[in-house]
Amino acid sequence: MIDITLTVNGEEMTGRAESRMLASDFLRDVLGLTGTHVGCEHGVCGACTIRLNGTTARSCLLFAAQLEGAEIVTVEGLGSPRKMHSIQEAFRRHHALQCGFCTPGFLMTVAEILETETLETDAEIREALSGNLCRCTGYEHIVRAVRDLVNERDGVAA
Amino acid sequence: MKPAPFEYLRPRTLHEAIAALAHDDAKILAGGQSLVPMMNFRLVSPERLVDINGLSDLATISETGGSLRIGALVRHAQAARDPLLARHLPVVAETMAHVAHVAIRNRGTIGGSLVHADPSAEWPLLVRLLDGVLELLGPDGQRAVAPEDFFIAPLVTDLAEDEVLTGVLLPVPDPDMGMAFDEVSLRAGDFAMVACGANVMLDDGRIASARLAFGGLGDVPLRMEAVEAALVGQTPDAIAGIVADCAEGLDPNEDMHASVAYRRRLAPVLARRVLERAAGRAGGRT
Ligand SMILES: Cc1cc2nc3c(=O)[nH]c(=O)nc-3n(C[C@H](O)[C@H](O)[C@H](O)COP(=O)(O)OP(=O)(O)OC[C@H]3O[C@@H](n4cnc5c(N)ncnc54)[C@H](O)[C@@H]3O)c2cc1C
Ligand code: FES
Ligand code: FES
Repeated sequence: MIDITLTVNGEEMTGRAESRMLASDFLRDVLGLTGTHVGCEHGVCGACTIRLNGTTARSCLLFAAQLEGAEIVTVEGLGSPRKMHSIQEAFRRHHALQCGFCTPGFLMTVAEILETETLETDAEIREALSGNLCRCTGYEHIVRAVRDLVNERDGVAA
Repeated sequence: MKPAPFEYLRPRTLHEAIAALAHDDAKILAGGQSLVPMMNFRLVSPERLVDINGLSDLATISETGGSLRIGALVRHAQAARDPLLARHLPVVAETMAHVAHVAIRNRGTIGGSLVHADPSAEWPLLVRLLDGVLELLGPDGQRAVAPEDFFIAPLVTDLAEDEVLTGVLLPVPDPDMGMAFDEVSLRAGDFAMVACGANVMLDDGRIASARLAFGGLGDVPLRMEAVEAALVGQTPDAIAGIVADCAEGLDPNEDMHASVAYRRRLAPVLARRVLERAAGRAGGRT
């Protein structure tokens, strides 16, 4: 077993894990943060996306042992039901989720691409979101939510 | 969907890493974007993982005597926005946009891509196109290998089990050289069905030299030397005719995404597109 100390959503946490434990399972089963979802466990669906030291990463393609000393942000770090983050609020406003299984991963990806990408066209938004799969919405409402957030960011009237 | 048990080691130096590889069944862990899916599926179950993510010396890009040196641990996203690469080899950023998705580009490394050696992957094709040299370090010291000798078969390379790929040297090209890359894949970020890169130098409106390479059309990245030779002395409007039969004689693999016939059909389409774009970017006298 390996002892791991890391910062999650601004708070220092510790846990023990076998070397083969995936970071996704560690967050959910050891730290009790079940907002990070597990879909495919091979990097394709994006449901497990977290921020690792500032940039997004698949938590199913990381081992818990690799999180020693890391700064992690999970969907729990974005906002809460009472105090939603503007990205969560935009998803709510645009009905950008149905079952919600994919949503944590989308929210984490959107948080990053709003900082790093211009996202001038809807095609660019779709490309930047291509690593997250949604089986319910057909993506249209997700793209609309992101378009709204980009307009807000760029000071453009919708 | 969970990996088998293994011993996890985190060396602090390259020498510790090489020492840790002296084991029957050890593997290096870089970005983990190819290795961990295979471990989760139990397609591979190494007994020991040697995590090199702490070796920050391997994560740098520098200029050395007419070449750019890209450390093996440079992530795809880092290469895409590196100012040295942008100045001398803008085709790298153009290509990285096609590698996987945002979160995977943040983690996946050039070294992992080259050693994983997927026949459709972008880095192996780029290193072949740009005449790169792979630097390997093992217990007996360093050696340099050309891509045509490094890539042997799908997922098979010349790397020995106790060697580490430390970096890649890419020669800085003539500033007048035009370069381009494009591919066709099912969705943005998926592995390419066919990928294509080209370089063109023009002289007086005619092609002085050209390079053409494909991924996804064979077991390893392919350079099309006959096409390259046929292009010399021609004007760019001759490109379409010259590349029309370029897939003849090639024996690409078939998979659920693309048949042999479809891959053969994509080859001249991409070759024309990429060569014409490279010619348009070439800065030679017209
Ligand atoms: C959903 C998805 C889509 C993807 N799409 C693409 C795509 O379109 N194009 C593409 O090119 N790739 C794609 N990839 C793969 C991705 O680019 C990987 O990052 C890359 O192939 C492997 O790099 P890595 O650093 O993650 O290596 P790892 O997974 O850590 O390692 C891969 C192999 O290389 C070995 N290795 C790694 N580094 C070294 C080193 N320095 N010396 C010696 N051996 C080493 C490992 O032991 C292992 O055998 C995709 C991956 C996923 C999950
Ligand atoms: S669970 Fe990690 S990408 Fe699907
Ligand atoms: S809302 Fe159900 S998968 Fe996206």
